[in-house]
Amino acid sequence: MRSVFKIGAPLVAAALALSACGGTTNDAGSTSGGKACDLKIGFFGALTGDAANLGINIKNGAELAVSQYNEKNADCKVTLTSFDSQGDPAIAPGLAQKAVTDKKLVGIVGPAFSGESKAADPIFEQAGLNTISASATNPALSENGWKTFHRILGNDATQGPAAAKYIKDTLKATKVFVSDDTSEYGKGLADIVKKDLGSAVAGSDETAADGKQDDFSATVTKAKSSGATVFFYGGYYSNASKLAKQLKDGGFTGTFVAADGVKDDGFIKGAGAAAEGAIVTCPCLPPDKAPEFQAAYKKAYNSDPATYSAEAYDAANVFLAGIKAGKTTSADMTAFIGSYSAQGVTKNVKFDAKGEPAEVSVWAYKVTGGKIVPDQEIK
Amino acid sequence: MNAVRNFLHGVGDRFRALPRWAKIVLAIAAAVFVYLLPIINPPLITTTDSDFGAVLFLCALYALVAIGLNIVIGYAGLLDLGYIGFFAIGAFTVGILGSAHGNIPLLLCIPIAMAVTLFSGIVLGAPTLRVRGDYLAIVTLGFGEIVRLVLVNADGLTGGSRGISNIPTPPSLDLFGVPHLVWDGFVAKVDLSNQTRFIQFSVTDSIPYYWLALTLVFIVLFLDWRMQNSRVGRAWEATREDEDAAELMGVPTFRFKLLAFATGAAIGGLSGALFATKQQFINPDNFTILYSVLFVAMVVVGGQGNRWGVILAAALLTWAPEKFRFLSDARFLLFGLVLMALAIFRPQGLLPPRRSVRAKRADEETEVLEEGAAHV
Amino acid sequence: MDLLLNNFWELTITGLAYGAIYALIALGYTLVYGVLRLINFAHSEVFMYGGFAAVWVLTAIGATKATGLGTAGFLVVAFATAMAMSALVALVLEFVAYRPLRKRNSPPLIALISAIGASYTLSEAMGLRDKPFKWFGKDQDLVRYVGRPREASPFPLNIEVKRLFYVFDYHVSNIDLIVLGAAIIMMIGLDQFVSRSRLGRGIRAVAQDPESAALMGVNRDRVIRLTFVLGGAMAGAAAVMYLLKVGQIRYNSGFILGVKAFTAAVLGGIGNLRGALLGGFILGVAENYGQAVFGGEWKDVVAFTLLVVILLFRPTGLLGESLGKARA
Repeated sequence: MRSVFKIGAPLVAAALALSACGGTTNDAGSTSGGKACDLKIGFFGALTGDAANLGINIKNGAELAVSQYNEKNADCKVTLTSFDSQGDPAIAPGLAQKAVTDKKLVGIVGPAFSGESKAADPIFEQAGLNTISASATNPALSENGWKTFHRILGNDATQGPAAAKYIKDTLKATKVFVSDDTSEYGKGLADIVKKDLGSAVAGSDETAADGKQDDFSATVTKAKSSGATVFFYGGYYSNASKLAKQLKDGGFTGTFVAADGVKDDGFIKGAGAAAEGAIVTCPCLPPDKAPEFQAAYKKAYNSDPATYSAEAYDAANVFLAGIKAGKTTSADMTAFIGSYSAQGVTKNVKFDAKGEPAEVSVWAYKVTGGKIVPDQEIK
Repeated sequence: MNAVRNFLHGVGDRFRALPRWAKIVLAIAAAVFVYLLPIINPPLITTTDSDFGAVLFLCALYALVAIGLNIVIGYAGLLDLGYIGFFAIGAFTVGILGSAHGNIPLLLCIPIAMAVTLFSGIVLGAPTLRVRGDYLAIVTLGFGEIVRLVLVNADGLTGGSRGISNIPTPPSLDLFGVPHLVWDGFVAKVDLSNQTRFIQFSVTDSIPYYWLALTLVFIVLFLDWRMQNSRVGRAWEATREDEDAAELMGVPTFRFKLLAFATGAAIGGLSGALFATKQQFINPDNFTILYSVLFVAMVVVGGQGNRWGVILAAALLTWAPEKFRFLSDARFLLFGLVLMALAIFRPQGLLPPRRSVRAKRADEETEVLEEGAAHV
Repeated sequence: MDLLLNNFWELTITGLAYGAIYALIALGYTLVYGVLRLINFAHSEVFMYGGFAAVWVLTAIGATKATGLGTAGFLVVAFATAMAMSALVALVLEFVAYRPLRKRNSPPLIALISAIGASYTLSEAMGLRDKPFKWFGKDQDLVRYVGRPREASPFPLNIEVKRLFYVFDYHVSNIDLIVLGAAIIMMIGLDQFVSRSRLGRGIRAVAQDPESAALMGVNRDRVIRLTFVLGGAMAGAAAVMYLLKVGQIRYNSGFILGVKAFTAAVLGGIGNLRGALLGGFILGVAENYGQAVFGGEWKDVVAFTLLVVILLFRPTGLLGESLGKARA
């Protein structure tokens, strides 16, 4: 336990007033018997900077879960604190080091991106602060043996093959153009799709990172001249919406296929009519399985749930259930998450030993009438 | 504003007027205080939302960057908007040799990183330093982007966007623990449960890295001071003030510009290497144009050519966004407004170099004399 | 390489169309540089505000349902709004960020800092535009304008792509035609204005020698304001073209485009109007060719390498600095 010595006010620091004070009262960890209140859940990701849009989606999802919890447990509230990393791996370690000193903080929803995860997760692991990421899908993250690492969505290695399967079996495409945004997420995904499609890949091209490119005319030309009937894009919705529009305007008539980074209202808004008919795969259940979430989110934020909002909602609920069960120490929480199993908004939430979701079902969604509607489960 | 300026210069003048022994004592006391900052955690200064040690590390790191860039912009007058490129090359040299494609210990990686960036500085500088003024700005900006994109696209070497993990740390010597202070209002308490091991480099404690960075800052500062007060420094000044005149006086301006560029690059490489070992993970997304812009802002806000000014500005511009985290997303709006206000009300920078202060005072005196003459 | 040869005309024309956007923005950089010797780093934000103004006004007057001739009318409205807004923002920028510096004879680099500060301020203000409305509880009523401020806002005008005629193997679309046509009209107009009109003569005079121009009775402050307004209007026009091609605009859309347009201005010879045009078109086309040959991930590398190579052989850009005298 902590022992604190007082050495007096700095202005009269000459006299050392040695008096030990018990620093244990604010140690949430020691109160696992009774019910601990005023606990916190952290959100860790970008709220400012270029990637702020995705971060805000995630934070909103987690915030909704927390406010719903507080409505039901008004006598013992939980607060959500934000660690705005700006998606910058240089800033992430400082925030993580600060986060782990907060004894009231029992879990982190995040870190949002794979890059900052690599910089911050070792710190969380060492300090025993549990994390559930709602968006970092790099497969290598779960291979480090970190006990505190969890993520609530399937990694790129589960989604890529499903996307390839859908393109081959359902769209029956024999010529596919594969593109990505050179990001860890997009490129990882596109490489898997390319490998699985094999000889069906008619051509490929890469674009700049999300939000860093506006004009895709050369990629459009390439896609057209490859004779492909399907265009797969590994990336996020900002680039994807511009690309889908320019493909259509440029005269490409095939189907646009992308993964969960594109499952966002922003894609449809940005691409307009060009989004119609596009296929989006996602390792998440259709929202009609949990209509209350959809409605509550819309009520709270005046927009439909966006990319990763539902995942964040589920992730926060895992921690909230842990708090409710009184599992507030690090080891208790780790064990609680390890044995957790309940129906969430996106899936039946359950984690395997590595912190990966135990059950991942990948669904294909289709943009119809300006809405992303479920098409079928990819089995 | 004038009062602040006079105060700062007053302090400077007082300090210079002290006897030698007092100067040394004061300087050592200040240095010790700076080293102990993260241990003392002074209230008001310490950051509440981010770890103070980690923030101080970034301050020291960017101070190092600013000293390097100050040689290029402040001394030689070359506007370099691609400094992040050298920083990135330094970081990735360490990553590639120490983790991705080799197992070279860090202490060997750092000099190699500096050599590589020095070399890349010469390679970039030799053709581009022939273009003058604002053209150089856009060429270097382009260079910074080219470096980043090559790092993204050359997956085989750099791992692309996946980046490089497990970068080696400096060797640790676990000698003793230093307990931190915690403050209750203005009462300090020693917190024995929270200690920094001297000197153990680990992911959870940034303070040893801060000490390392600070030591490098002092070493580089000393070299910088020696260099500026030598023939080289005077040649830079001459080139900056009037390139043609300098050339006529027999200063090989091109060679000196190249020297400034390459020296700056090597310091950038050193900072990049330091960043890589602290982070233990790097990917090309860390090295965007925005950082180059921020670095230039540090040098100009600090007062181009004044090494203490740029250090102060680097520390302030790094610390302030972390300190004022409670302002959350309005921080960058305010950052922009502060930059504008500084440009308008403090155009010479926070601490302008003494030479330009003297020049300005001389100008004012001449003006007064001229006006006086006109009134007669 | 085959790809380039087989699709040469398509790559050329789409490259020219995007290059026209670079060129129009580059005009703003070059005009201001010509008279003030200053890199107006915040010009990219001037562009962005014009784009948003067009989006908002078209949303407000219900352009989504437009068809046929109505579309053309809305397009004119879009151009007018965007150009007016951009000109206004440029004017305010000059007044707030640059004029105080000029009055104090600040060193040139400090203007760059002021510009960077202004750029941050303008872009973040757009990214936080829901906040003031939230204080008054109006953000829900205005959600179409201020909802999700960090996200892209789509261009409400829906122009159906029609293929009009062939240039060799490329089927030119109406959007290509609108973008290129509007750009060329703007460029000719500006060029004629600067080289023929009285005010244009003032701009050239200040660019060549500010002190002599002042002695000859040219009002320098007025000329400077005029260049900001002209540059702003061009950026506003570029913003509408950008919206036509890309279909959306975001609070940070200006940054990358600004860097590219500035590159174009330098490529052609900064301070030189025709140089900016040439630079913009060359950059647009070269990027397309480069992507076709090396792959999309090398697009920006191609652009910047081209710049370095050209500056090595022509240190003041392709056409040199003719608006003012060649000054280092």
